[in-house]
Amino acid sequence: MNDKLTSLWQRLFGDSVRAFGVVSLIFLASLAIAPAKNFFSEWRHYQHGYLKMVRNRSDANTLQRHFQGGIQQVWLPELGVVDRCTSCHVGLKEASLTDVPTQPFRTHPAIPHKIEQFGCTVCHRGQGAATTLTEAHNSTLAWEQPILPAKYIESACGQCHRGSLPGTPQLNQGRNLLSRDGCVHCHTVKLPDGTIMKATDDPPSLSHIADKTSREWVYAWLKDPQAYASTSTMPNFKLSDDDARDMSAFLIANSTPLAGDTATLTAKASSDPAAGASLYGESFCASCHAVQNAAGNMVGGDVGPELTRVGSKVKPEWLQAWLRNPRTYDPGTAMPHYRLNDGQVATLSGFLLAKADSDLLANVHLEAATPEQITHGKRLVSDYGCASCHEIAGIKKPENFAPELSRIGSKPVTQLVFLPGMQHTLPDYIATKIKQPRSFGQGLKMPQYTFTPAQIDSLTTALLALNDRSNTLPASLAVGATPESDYQPAGKAGKLMTDLACFSCHRINGHGGDMAPDLTWEGSSVQREWLVQFFKNPGTLRPSLIRRMPRFNLTDGEVNELTDYIMTVYQNPVIDRESMPLSGYSQGQVELGKQLFYGKYSCQGCHIVDTKTDKGYIGPTLTHVGSRLSGAWVYQWMKNPQALRPGTAEPNRAMSDEDARALTAFLISQKGAAAKEVAKK
Amino acid sequence: MTRYSLTHVGTAALGCLAERTSAIALAVAVLATLLATSCSRKPESAPLPKPTAFGAAIIESSGGKQTAQTGSLLPQPVVVQVNDEQGTAVTGALVEFAAAPGVTFDPTNGLTDSSGQVTTNISLGGMAGRYQLTASTLDKSHKNVELKIEEIALGYQQTLGRHLNDQYCERCHNPESTVQRVSNFDNLDVKPHPFTEGDTLNKISDADLTAIISHGGPALNKSALMPAWGNTLSKSDIQALISYIRAISDPPSRSAGPVYAKN
Repeated sequence: MNDKLTSLWQRLFGDSVRAFGVVSLIFLASLAIAPAKNFFSEWRHYQHGYLKMVRNRSDANTLQRHFQGGIQQVWLPELGVVDRCTSCHVGLKEASLTDVPTQPFRTHPAIPHKIEQFGCTVCHRGQGAATTLTEAHNSTLAWEQPILPAKYIESACGQCHRGSLPGTPQLNQGRNLLSRDGCVHCHTVKLPDGTIMKATDDPPSLSHIADKTSREWVYAWLKDPQAYASTSTMPNFKLSDDDARDMSAFLIANSTPLAGDTATLTAKASSDPAAGASLYGESFCASCHAVQNAAGNMVGGDVGPELTRVGSKVKPEWLQAWLRNPRTYDPGTAMPHYRLNDGQVATLSGFLLAKADSDLLANVHLEAATPEQITHGKRLVSDYGCASCHEIAGIKKPENFAPELSRIGSKPVTQLVFLPGMQHTLPDYIATKIKQPRSFGQGLKMPQYTFTPAQIDSLTTALLALNDRSNTLPASLAVGATPESDYQPAGKAGKLMTDLACFSCHRINGHGGDMAPDLTWEGSSVQREWLVQFFKNPGTLRPSLIRRMPRFNLTDGEVNELTDYIMTVYQNPVIDRESMPLSGYSQGQVELGKQLFYGKYSCQGCHIVDTKTDKGYIGPTLTHVGSRLSGAWVYQWMKNPQALRPGTAEPNRAMSDEDARALTAFLISQKGAAAKEVAKK
Repeated sequence: MTRYSLTHVGTAALGCLAERTSAIALAVAVLATLLATSCSRKPESAPLPKPTAFGAAIIESSGGKQTAQTGSLLPQPVVVQVNDEQGTAVTGALVEFAAAPGVTFDPTNGLTDSSGQVTTNISLGGMAGRYQLTASTLDKSHKNVELKIEEIALGYQQTLGRHLNDQYCERCHNPESTVQRVSNFDNLDVKPHPFTEGDTLNKISDADLTAIISHGGPALNKSALMPAWGNTLSKSDIQALISYIRAISDPPSRSAGPVYAKN
């Protein structure tokens, strides 16, 4: 072997000429490396492939003319973008290549932005400057930004667009969950516009909890909140029996009684389930509260807590006081003050208390708490950060309790800890952290949530949008969110509206819920007499709606107060009541309006004027619209419904003034049987 | 392949250089092979569970024809059932799922439960379009029995279209009522076309659909019950709506692009 090597050496480098020759050859060969590398580069391979594919297509000429060989690049210094992706992804801008099954030659799906405007990596991540597939798409030692999986792509929209967009439901849901499911109670999220993301849930105060429920229930709840209510957003802290015992001991011992939050009724809690069910239905409790039915389905809304087992939780005297006036116990509650009389409170509380589950507390047996247990419980309550969400007397809301998430979407992979079997990418880290937070190590405090896989994807999408780019974006590119209005009506009527929790369902001047119609222009829209009657007895305007306005036992004084305020304050400047009176239209005009209604505009598809012939079930019933709406509102509505109520399903028909006036005349003549009905009552 | 071509070229060049002395070439070749094998290691897959029974047919129980955004989870899991020749459910048969690259199954295979079913959660691929999924099982003679299931992935434009559909169109065009939305379909004297009705809608060109949506039914001598939306929806809104209609039509519209299937 040695001899062979020596002879090889001799043959190659034996004399100086020979050695010179060999070294020169090696030198020449090494010079050839660069051109060879270029010649065999991947992007050339793809460009050849593209030209070969294009040759057989009917629009080959156009495609060949558009084709530009060589490395292509989008350079956007303002965004720090150098994207060479189009060197291989040749067909992105060719509208006809939608039938190519996969990238790199397929047309880019239609989006509102151009490649020249933002490049590729702003949305897709990856390494824009790279010219090989691996380096561009995957993590390498030098670059750790892999391509963003398609399911999180909406996070890219969220870097610039700070409000919700119709085309990004996942991002919208994720942002909503961040503030709705309490993430931002513990984690600070500074938004790029300088504001701090606010929580929109309202975890109850625990300072007076002993008035409301028993220690046994608190214990069972702490151990497993979803055992009580499967829809509960309270996470599971995986407490040991002893810890739950001590925390419940502390919370009960720490609670102080609150004046007026327990009630003694003149009437006894009734056990008339039929009357209870009908009052529960009439009061539209199900608009906000869900109850699990026998088939296991949730029936009802998710604004208030689930009531499936409420009878196992609340103390009867607390429930009765709550039903009488929830604002005594929780001044900020979204629940309206229904003004129920004692008989109704008795009926409804009897109905709700019957919703009990005897298994829930069957195995909870707690001895009287010792002072040590209470002290230990207090320490645990502080350690777990309970006061981040709940108000607890004597415990301050901790600051910076959990890591800030303002730039979590740019966290370097090198700073992350991964579980075995996980992909080493940021999106996977975030998703797994949300899915099973405690699995990342001993002593971690983040509790176990019950998010569905789709919710985890949404949350991950929203978090990935919080990154360096979104924080350093040129101001000209940022599209701000509509700022949340904190509008509050003034005076006595304003207090009354807060008491009735109108804003839990209705929106006025940008503030409030979206369950019921926007009332910003209500004063211009309706007739005073109709509104008075509606408050006293809310009928159904839209037959297809399931959620409806509940009936509050308002006094005449309260009804007048509200009506006066709405009629004077919620006025649209464009609508002049005098311009379209409620009577005095010629028969000819009404007839013309009728023809337009049934002919040209075919309004009967969605609305009912004549209950015998019309069947339209989408818009409000118009049988007595002439007793309900102002003529000027109807006229303006015909002209441009979206201007009065953005997003309404009524199409804008671009009506001529004459058509709109005739239709208004016809509709205003529909006084219906409304007047008679009122008289009968 | 091209990734390694440089090394191959180098090997060849050096080989010539060293003439009959193959030692260097050999060393380089060994090095290149080592490099190649270390780079192209395949992800390990878990071993398949052993079936205890074999069926004769595989049928879809639920979860077909769903729509989801590209790359995201289908709202409902897909459930398939394995039956024997008599049509009774078979427990313990192995079902494997497969589809075009980019589609993920959780789990990718499984044994049928006591009711003969296997449930899997599916995320569609990153391309908008129709995905053909294959669920397969072995029959007694160890022949493959397959079931094809179709799902639809919506891109950005179609998602936007779906949003508009929910807001403006669906209450008349979808005959099904839900708890949240009562359908108006039955109340209309001239029945609107459900958007899945490919047989009719695929024959109407994009331009005609745009005309009907913008100017109402009478624009093409159709019912006046279809109002004009041209002043309510923008041109791009209408395009988005049409791309959604094309995406969900059944049978599939040709303009919706290719079908992604197992290759």
